[in-house]
Amino acid sequence: MSERRIGVYVCHCGTNISKTVDVEDVAKYSQGLDGVVVSKDYKYMCSQPGQELIQKDIKEHGLDGVVVAACSPRMHEPTFQRAARNAGLNPYLVEMVNIREQCSWVTDDRALATAKAKRLTSSGIAKARLNRALETDFTAITPRALVVGGGIAGIEAALKIAASGYEVVLVEKEGTIGGQMAKFDKTFPTLDCSACILTPKMVEVVQHPKIELMTYSEVQRVDGYVGSFEVTIEKKPRDVDLNLCTGCGDCTEKCPASVLSEFDEGLSMRKSISTAFAQAIPNAPVLDRESCWYYTGKAKCQVCARVCQANAITFDNEPEIVKEQFGVIVVATGFDILRPEEGNQWGYGKYPDVFNGLQFERMSNASGPTDGLLVTSQGKEPEAVAVLHCIGSRDENYREYCSRTCCMASLKFAHLVKEKTNAEVYEFYIDMRSFGKGYEEFYNRIQEEGINFIRGKGAEVTKKGEKLVVRGEDQQLGVIREVPVDMVILNTALQAREDAAKIAETFSLQQGQDGWFMELHAKLAPGKTAVEGVFLAGTCQGPRDIPDTVAHAGGAAADALRLMAAGQQEMSPVSAYVVEEYCTGCKVCISLCPYDAISFDEDGKVAVITTALCKGCGACVASCPTNAMHLRHFEDEQILAQIEGVFAG
Amino acid sequence: MNGYEPKIVAFLCNWCSYTAADTAGTARRKYPANVNVIRIMCTGRMEPTFVFKAFAEGADGVLISGCHPGECHYLTGNYKAYKRSVGLEQVLSDFGIEPERFKMTFISASEADKFASVATEITETVRKLGPLGKVRDRVKSYDEVFVTGGEVSG
Repeated sequence: MSERRIGVYVCHCGTNISKTVDVEDVAKYSQGLDGVVVSKDYKYMCSQPGQELIQKDIKEHGLDGVVVAACSPRMHEPTFQRAARNAGLNPYLVEMVNIREQCSWVTDDRALATAKAKRLTSSGIAKARLNRALETDFTAITPRALVVGGGIAGIEAALKIAASGYEVVLVEKEGTIGGQMAKFDKTFPTLDCSACILTPKMVEVVQHPKIELMTYSEVQRVDGYVGSFEVTIEKKPRDVDLNLCTGCGDCTEKCPASVLSEFDEGLSMRKSISTAFAQAIPNAPVLDRESCWYYTGKAKCQVCARVCQANAITFDNEPEIVKEQFGVIVVATGFDILRPEEGNQWGYGKYPDVFNGLQFERMSNASGPTDGLLVTSQGKEPEAVAVLHCIGSRDENYREYCSRTCCMASLKFAHLVKEKTNAEVYEFYIDMRSFGKGYEEFYNRIQEEGINFIRGKGAEVTKKGEKLVVRGEDQQLGVIREVPVDMVILNTALQAREDAAKIAETFSLQQGQDGWFMELHAKLAPGKTAVEGVFLAGTCQGPRDIPDTVAHAGGAAADALRLMAAGQQEMSPVSAYVVEEYCTGCKVCISLCPYDAISFDEDGKVAVITTALCKGCGACVASCPTNAMHLRHFEDEQILAQIEGVFAG
Repeated sequence: MNGYEPKIVAFLCNWCSYTAADTAGTARRKYPANVNVIRIMCTGRMEPTFVFKAFAEGADGVLISGCHPGECHYLTGNYKAYKRSVGLEQVLSDFGIEPERFKMTFISASEADKFASVATEITETVRKLGPLGKVRDRVKSYDEVFVTGGEVSG
């Protein structure tokens, strides 16, 4: 018989659990189990009265263990741990049993679900009988933030953090900050110009005394843990000295080598040494070694260096590797657009007048390749333009999800075409999703501008004579339409960047099925990740428009600031420890520890754990041949008891 | 085998597979109630003892599931678990336990459907195999294996 005094609390979760699980029966069953002195069920255990019920029992019954059979510990374990602590019970004496996500929600049959809930609760009680009070340590938070990615999300997060008085390093892999938003012409639903709202923020970043900007740089490696991350950053050789360059542009003008401009989405040529756009920050070019005549061996050239009066250009510079310390990290690495593959049904890449959304943005932009003129590849004003929604989004052949930005962007495109030309505009859409503030009003406004809305996806683009023909089903008329146009704009899906997997690996992030970085909790922690101290801002987590990106980035900044303002963070006590008398000094554990947290004491001939480095995975524990290695809260006997508990009934 | 409900114990890592099981719940993705989950922080924590214990206590099947290779929250715990699981399969068959009763998989946090189908699959596989019964009845004696030249697999 256990001498423990355990209270069991079975939650109805409204009817989320009680609809499928006979919670009263589970509570009654638990009452009879070893060590249980009180067992209750309640409508909402996480509510104030629910928590008070537990707290009252802790005091009245002198409980030294609490089992809460409710939702996932990933949801409310901290809630009940806090409640226990406030009632004077060590939080690690609370054991959660997951009878919602892993029982009532996944089982139809009430009898089977109730039986399973009993098995799981019995298992949890068995663990609770052996749970030990654990003391938590605190780790100091270095008051310095790393923001990765210089798009609008990274800019917003960096500015927010810096405005609060903390140092920020903003790392951007391109030669300038600005990200995708810098390519846009106008923004929906207000139609204010993208550059007008973005570039002042870019200037603020570079002028802010608390922000250090590292462009043309990439994070190579992240070591350490929350509060003390050591980050290795590679500053790629730009070959242009930012301290000397005046941004005069002479080098660009004289450079003989040119390639397609990535910034203009291939619609113009840029020089090998160039800035992406006129308002680039920093306003200094990057020498692109892939196309430079000197580096490719085509010629000795170096004309850029010769014409540079500031002597800012040198060659064959090595990458510079720097190591920096940070307390927190905000990942804001953004998205890419889907570019349909060769042979796609929309003629993308085949017909020069089929554009993607970013290409249209560039074309419409006054500083873009056509100075803002909308013209076909023949240089003529189009008579008719088709805008195709949902290309690659909501499509099981590409991306299942809705990209959330394209409906409004498509309406914006229609408006811009109408504003700049006399063309007829045809919008091929499946559903019009205008969910944001002012979006439905924007839709109404565009409808009044004489746009032709065709409900049905643009299925195919072919060429007939001089015209492109868009074929699609008009679902409202129930006919197949073939619309001849001069220009087609494909609003393609937002998708995770090609290098997302690499970034995930660097920061130990998880990716969802679509490649977006996974948040800790879809609703309660959309900016947190499974790695403490690493936060997500903007579209690297999923498709979102500018207002939502800015809001999300502000949230990530607040998460980062919370840690830095507190100055310290409670560490999980789940870590390994050595029982020295059993340790034979075989060193197996040392070779298995992924964090180099175990060293060898040559005098005592035993393994020694540096608790601050240990993350509590338990690999050393599982491998120790003499059971000298233990893991707090996941002790052998606790897990073995949990197994027994499953079969106790 | 009428009325026989196999008992499965699933050891899931906190970061990927346990989260996948939660995600399956959130999506109301149904799977057999036979699967009983025990949460561990990492599959690297898995000791063969836990698997033996589960079988000895009355499990008809045991599942271990961790993060995908390269995605372990603790960098390499899932590799360690996988290596152990390969050896474990061998030992289990020496004990007369069909290898199909034991499975190690990799399920990421977002793969709710995969979790549900893995849970269904092992339940149905084990259902076909029938109850494990007492392991002791299955083990060949020492003499049988080593003295009289009985077959030792591998």
